[in-house]
Amino acid sequence: MSTDALPGLVAVLAVTVATVAIGTWGLRFSRTTSDFFVASRTVRPRLNASAIGGEYLSAASFLGIAGLLLLGGADMLWYPVGWTAGYLVLLVLVAAPLRRSGAYTLPDFAEARLASRWVRAASSILVVGVGWLYLVPQFKGAGITLESAIGAPVWVGPVIVGLVVLVNVMSGGMRSITFVQAFQYWLKLTALLVPAMVLLVVWWGDGRPSGSGSGDGWSVPVASGGGIGLYSTYSLIIALFLGTMGLPHVVVRFYTNPDGRGARRTTLAVLALLGLFYLWPPVYAALGRVYGDRLVREGHADVLVLELPRLMLGGAGGEVLTGLVTAGAFAAFLSTASGLAIAVSGVLTQDVTSRFVGERDPGGSVARAFRLAAVVAVVVPLLVALVVGKVGVAESVGLAFAVAASTFCPLLVLGIWWRGLTEAGALAGLAAGGFGAGGAAVLNLAGVDASGWAGALLTQPAAWSVPLAFGVMVLVSLATASTAPAHARRFLVRLHTPETLGTAGALGTLGNGRGGS
Amino acid sequence: MNQPGASDRVRVTGPPRHTATGRPASRLGDVHEQTALGDVYLRSLLREQLGLALAVLVVLGATLGTLPLVFHLWPGLADVRVAGLPIAWLGLGAVVYPFLLLLGWRYVRSVERNEQAFADLVDGYPDRAGRESRGP
Repeated sequence: MSTDALPGLVAVLAVTVATVAIGTWGLRFSRTTSDFFVASRTVRPRLNASAIGGEYLSAASFLGIAGLLLLGGADMLWYPVGWTAGYLVLLVLVAAPLRRSGAYTLPDFAEARLASRWVRAASSILVVGVGWLYLVPQFKGAGITLESAIGAPVWVGPVIVGLVVLVNVMSGGMRSITFVQAFQYWLKLTALLVPAMVLLVVWWGDGRPSGSGSGDGWSVPVASGGGIGLYSTYSLIIALFLGTMGLPHVVVRFYTNPDGRGARRTTLAVLALLGLFYLWPPVYAALGRVYGDRLVREGHADVLVLELPRLMLGGAGGEVLTGLVTAGAFAAFLSTASGLAIAVSGVLTQDVTSRFVGERDPGGSVARAFRLAAVVAVVVPLLVALVVGKVGVAESVGLAFAVAASTFCPLLVLGIWWRGLTEAGALAGLAAGGFGAGGAAVLNLAGVDASGWAGALLTQPAAWSVPLAFGVMVLVSLATASTAPAHARRFLVRLHTPETLGTAGALGTLGNGRGGS
Repeated sequence: MNQPGASDRVRVTGPPRHTATGRPASRLGDVHEQTALGDVYLRSLLREQLGLALAVLVVLGATLGTLPLVFHLWPGLADVRVAGLPIAWLGLGAVVYPFLLLLGWRYVRSVERNEQAFADLVDGYPDRAGRESRGP
């Protein structure tokens, strides 16, 4: 601790103050319910893309990947590649139609498409499940960061992150969060890029030493273990490529775009921003090969990004860089946790807490229900994070992707492109994928440790659970084809018709559907 | 459409609950109502858009998707170096990102061209300038 702790402490304080300040500033613009939920749908692609980047680049991206690359080698590159390629898949399959659907959350989409309260309920449960599965590692990561940076007890990080997120979410809702997230993308990029440049210069100055032996499969982008390794790698690829579209905090962002075209442009900008960011974790891993032997031996590869500046560069320079990466890491927890908290509390508000809050003064009561939901959305995963044992940050985020890929991906893809989807089909598919991948995730978190094929099928369920969910959804829909919702055709028209055509009223964004009955 | 301007905000608390009952009244009638002509329009648009999406996914599968298999079958590739870097690190660590961006950019261009063609087909109005200028 002592003087070592100073840069970390300053960094954490600065990020916290900046986050709360920008959030409060955003509050001045946030008055209506619409501001709370979707920033009144007026967020421009560039700002929105920065916000998505800020929200998406989590602890797993900032800290987890570099550590995994250091330990595992090139097959771990599939994590950043998959997290980026997932946006390309999202772009081509769901971005514009999802925005045009007028749905704010996944349950909204499910209900509008299938006219079914049951599918809505199932989707809500899954959103909360995936959101919490994703929040737990964020809190865990905050714990190890503060432990490494200022020597704080491991429960301090989660509690601080939880509190700041709560204050921000409750005070400003979506509008203020947009500014906060956009700021945090650029903070995270700077915090990763600048130290990486400096460290590369140091490495060059040291005569460009190469790392310890390179003949041990460090450059093979397939997991070791023959057929099992190949399966695991492909399963991870499927989970990441298809899971992105089903993440609750990603979908919410699409509704803040002005229209379908805006949604596509935003996604394209996100691809660029993510690529720019993910160039840098491999640099840390490569430098870690040279300078980070001690971290690997002590099993602290998790904190490679935080420790590397001090390992390579003594004195004030090292301290400043340490402060910078700590700030970036802390921003990563705050922004991702805020985004998830907003998404989960949005769903909880619509389906749970608004029933407990009075009906008088509708605008006010929705805001109150939202605040109540935010508390629940943050506190539950916080408690889980404090209770469960060691969780690999990137791995458990990977499990959240597997669950999303096995449930929301089939629901969205079939819902958007196939008229034949029925209520029964959707429910059966969600159940198959949810229980399959979700069950595997729970067993993993519970610490079940199988080896060989059983272990691979359990830790990387996507390769079997995604086809299973798709298959069940299609087959059951075909078997119950007569119950396909009558409005499916018109709904698809709305999803795929460009906004330049006619007025949105005729195409039925919001006003139309309301007034009709 | 609600202009993305600041003046006319809409309170949003959820999705429209009864989309099926909306009563569109526009020159899009053919597409909305279940006429044979409308069906043809929609089917062709859907097929075009889905075809584009699948084309991108196939390219993705044929490039990135085959890499694990290729390296599984020829592990010796891991030692190949380009510009001093192992080929896997260079490809999956750097080159892949501009590649994904390029794919996405090409897709957005084609898909918007499709939509424009569809709009011209359905919406016979020659004077489109006013409506188009509204885009973001």
